[in-house]
Amino acid sequence: MTKNKIRILMGKPGLDGHDHGAKVVVRALMDAGFEVIYTGLRKTPREIAEIASQEHVDVIGLSSMAGSHIPFCEKLKPLLKEYNLEDKLWIIGGNVPKKDHEILKNIGIDAIFPTGSHFDDIVNYIKNRYRQLA
Amino acid sequence: MTEKKIFNESGIEVKELYTEADVEQSGGVSMVGLPGEYPFTRGIHREMYRKRPWTMRQYTGFANAKDTNERFHYLIENGQTGLNVAFDLPTQTGLDTDDPRAEGEVGRVGMAVDTLRDFEIAFDGIDLEKITVSLTINGSAAILIAMYLVMAEKRGYDVAKLRGTAQNDILKEFIGRGTWIFPVEPSIKLVGDTIEYCAKYAPKYSPVSVCGYHIRESGATPEQEMAYAFCIAKAYADDMLKRGLHIDEFAGRLSYNFNIFGNLFEQVAKFRAGRSLWAKIIKEEYGAEDPKSMWLRMIAAGGGGGLTIEQPEVNIVRGAYYALISALSGAQTMALCCYDEAYTIPSEYAQRISLRTMQLLMEEMGLCETVDPLAGSYYVETMTNEMRKKMEQTMKEVDEAGGIVKMVSEGIIQSKVSAQAYEMQKDIQSGAFPKVGVNCYKTEEEENEVEFHPYDTRDAEQQIENIKAVKAERDQAEVNRALAQVTADAKAGINVMPALIGAVRAYATVGEITKKLVDVYGYYKEPIRF
Repeated sequence: MTKNKIRILMGKPGLDGHDHGAKVVVRALMDAGFEVIYTGLRKTPREIAEIASQEHVDVIGLSSMAGSHIPFCEKLKPLLKEYNLEDKLWIIGGNVPKKDHEILKNIGIDAIFPTGSHFDDIVNYIKNRYRQLA
Repeated sequence: MTEKKIFNESGIEVKELYTEADVEQSGGVSMVGLPGEYPFTRGIHREMYRKRPWTMRQYTGFANAKDTNERFHYLIENGQTGLNVAFDLPTQTGLDTDDPRAEGEVGRVGMAVDTLRDFEIAFDGIDLEKITVSLTINGSAAILIAMYLVMAEKRGYDVAKLRGTAQNDILKEFIGRGTWIFPVEPSIKLVGDTIEYCAKYAPKYSPVSVCGYHIRESGATPEQEMAYAFCIAKAYADDMLKRGLHIDEFAGRLSYNFNIFGNLFEQVAKFRAGRSLWAKIIKEEYGAEDPKSMWLRMIAAGGGGGLTIEQPEVNIVRGAYYALISALSGAQTMALCCYDEAYTIPSEYAQRISLRTMQLLMEEMGLCETVDPLAGSYYVETMTNEMRKKMEQTMKEVDEAGGIVKMVSEGIIQSKVSAQAYEMQKDIQSGAFPKVGVNCYKTEEEENEVEFHPYDTRDAEQQIENIKAVKAERDQAEVNRALAQVTADAKAGINVMPALIGAVRAYATVGEITKKLVDVYGYYKEPIRF
């Protein structure tokens, strides 16, 4: 049964300890029927890639509140290649200002859900994109 | 009759009208008393703000010690009366600037501190007797407290008379905020070491500020915020009693940090209720005799969880109401989240507006003239009684579930408040919980984003140069000896503060010292529970 479920990694990158948003979104994704793997705090880029690979996730989500999302994603990108995760949907949420969206898209992030995004929008985006990819 | 029942966030029904009968029914006025007298519902001092207005202590720190020092001076020139220091995440999690895990994080959310040299620069030119300093530091707090004491002593201050505060509340850090380092038990032990050390050698210093604040930010209701904070403070107090200290030797230096967003009347009632409940606990359960031990000294501040990304300038108005709540609640210290803070490190301009907001209450609105001005309101007195009962009930539930330490260690509190945060977020998204600019009164026009605090990677490079320079100058043999002492004392299970003081004095780095402690205590493993 779980095989058919879309598997999502919710990662907390770097040293940022603000997990209110990440945990709230994890609950929303679980309620929407996804299988969610929450990494807990303070994960390095390699740890995120490793967990994503081990858990066979379809979606790699990051929650960033303390401003280091660009350097983190730059470091994660080559690791996604190394771990054969380049085809996975890569999304980020949190305190990600508009001025950074273009940069993140260029790094390879598929979608950005800044603070205040509605659960429905996140859920629908993942469902639609996953349908397209599948 | 109203058709729909209204409940506040703490789950207490709010009536259309309150009369004397409601006050009586809720428990009467026996706990009200007078300011400066047990049970301190009306304030811990008789004259409150007439004698001394609240301390203004905006949360400040970025890049490095030099830049932060400049901002400190700017704020003091603008009438700020205390400092509240923000540290970057590597400092907060015990990593040096040149640690690979610190890359991209140095100086980003606060000031980078590696050695005593950084503290010497950060507080240069600041009169530490006039301007008290609060260090917002937790996981690495024992090291940073040691650093502050040594810095002050080197500047010629008598540590026995030195005032100041460290946040140093690790139990709440496991619930929210997340800058833990060591497992739960040694973490509590380290907090205990700081309290014990300060009780003996720095008796005017407040080594702990127990934070309901971040528990509230993580999803707790106002009454839970305070109840959980009291449970945490009791855990630290119990550790002290086990060490053989008497409650009156340390309770007077415990302080608190609470949040101020939400319903105005619920908030004011929370603070009035909490003040009397804490006094009662310390007097009746712990047998304190010194009234100072019973004081709920607090910074009632922030309000970050109430501010919005949408229409950021409206946060200036929210901040003003939050400041009003804090002033009506008898806070000792106030700090306001700035209107741009949902986006970035506040600009000088935003911080000045926050300062002016507080000054306006002091100078124009009469908030410092009369003590506890809402006392005697049927509504406020009833709600104060109701909130106190709720908090007592919550504390009882924690005890019955095995105590706060157990609940935090197992992730039970984390899961509970996070589930509540989820429900609240759903209510905000559906519009059931009104939020101006978010789910009602939205503007069609493009939002004004605020001006972003620049992050310059050269600051991190410079900080790495600084750490290299300090390492080249210091007496390495002395550093090795001091670090070995940290290891030995940690292994022996004795108070590590003297060893930490020796290590920072020798210019050992935060990362080097933390590493020694981790070797003995290990790392915290986060319980994941939904």
